[in-house]
Amino acid sequence: MNATLSDMLLGCLVMFAVTYATKAVTLLFAKKEIRSAYIRSFLYYLPYSVLAVMVFPTILFCTSSVVSGIVGTAVAMILSFFRKGLLPVSLASIAAVFLTEFLLYVF
Amino acid sequence: MKFTRGLKDGLPIALGYVSVAFAYAVQAVNQGFPFWFPILISATNFTGTGQFAGTNLIAAGANLGILFATLLVINIRYTLMSFALAQKTEDGFPLWKRAIVAFGVTDENFAVAVRQPHKLTFPYLLGLMGCSFCGWLGGTALGAGVSSLLESLLAGGAHVYYEMQMSALSIALYAMFVAIILPPARDEKPVLLLVLISVAASCVFYFVPALADLPAGLNIILCSVACTAVIAAVFPHKEEQEKMQDGGEE
Repeated sequence: MNATLSDMLLGCLVMFAVTYATKAVTLLFAKKEIRSAYIRSFLYYLPYSVLAVMVFPTILFCTSSVVSGIVGTAVAMILSFFRKGLLPVSLASIAAVFLTEFLLYVF
Repeated sequence: MKFTRGLKDGLPIALGYVSVAFAYAVQAVNQGFPFWFPILISATNFTGTGQFAGTNLIAAGANLGILFATLLVINIRYTLMSFALAQKTEDGFPLWKRAIVAFGVTDENFAVAVRQPHKLTFPYLLGLMGCSFCGWLGGTALGAGVSSLLESLLAGGAHVYYEMQMSALSIALYAMFVAIILPPARDEKPVLLLVLISVAASCVFYFVPALADLPAGLNIILCSVACTAVIAAVFPHKEEQEKMQDGGEE
């Protein structure tokens, strides 16, 4: 790494400025209630799509082996299907990945 | 919608963040950054993907223009989220409160806040975002502090288990996302359809070489906006729920 102290501080400043600006601009300045049924539907559906795009297919490849990624994903999907909470799903998925990688390593 | 309710809703997010922020800090320190750098970034940014990408760019000595453009592409989705949140905040939300709440907009905080059946109050958002931010900052500090220690302690054979543990933790947030989107997809056909076409579009961007080279973050914008635009046009969302909530307490 060849970043100097000023590179780090300036870089951090730029990152903060861009990140805060994207988060704040509509929250601060778009206060009018939206009446359009289409835009309201759009905003209702959008988060599900954003999350789906972020999760798949990356979740399959985020661990150190595709096998454990698939097992972890399967565990998360099955428990979510039965409406288990965020934390139980997350912990079970972590445990499944760890166990799979442990078994792969031992055998 | 009280502060304590926000804290409670923020707790699972905070726990998920601890592991991700921990991994982020470990990576940053391994890249050669001093331990305070990832902590400073987490304290001022509060965004997962953007921090990962930005820190990598700074380490690579990229110029500030590229850093700016990359962060903008990755984070522009927050503009849409904040827009949706602005619609859900209760009346009389002064500018300075909005300015504070804006800092706490993240994918997970948004996902939890926007699904609340009631109008959002300032104390609730403060609890939710404050709690998850503590997890984010705490996880970063923990990762930065112990990463060098762990590495020296777990040298040799034990290093394998350290790698496994880090690998297992990296699925934490994704699993949480699955838990957020699957139940409503079970209940509502349009959401299920939306999730399916979003995943399909995302896979195209992931596996087609020319598209996979696009800047990280751009695929999120393109896929989600296109898929949501189609579903919203074909299945206008009925807002019976919202009418009910306006009258009743939980």
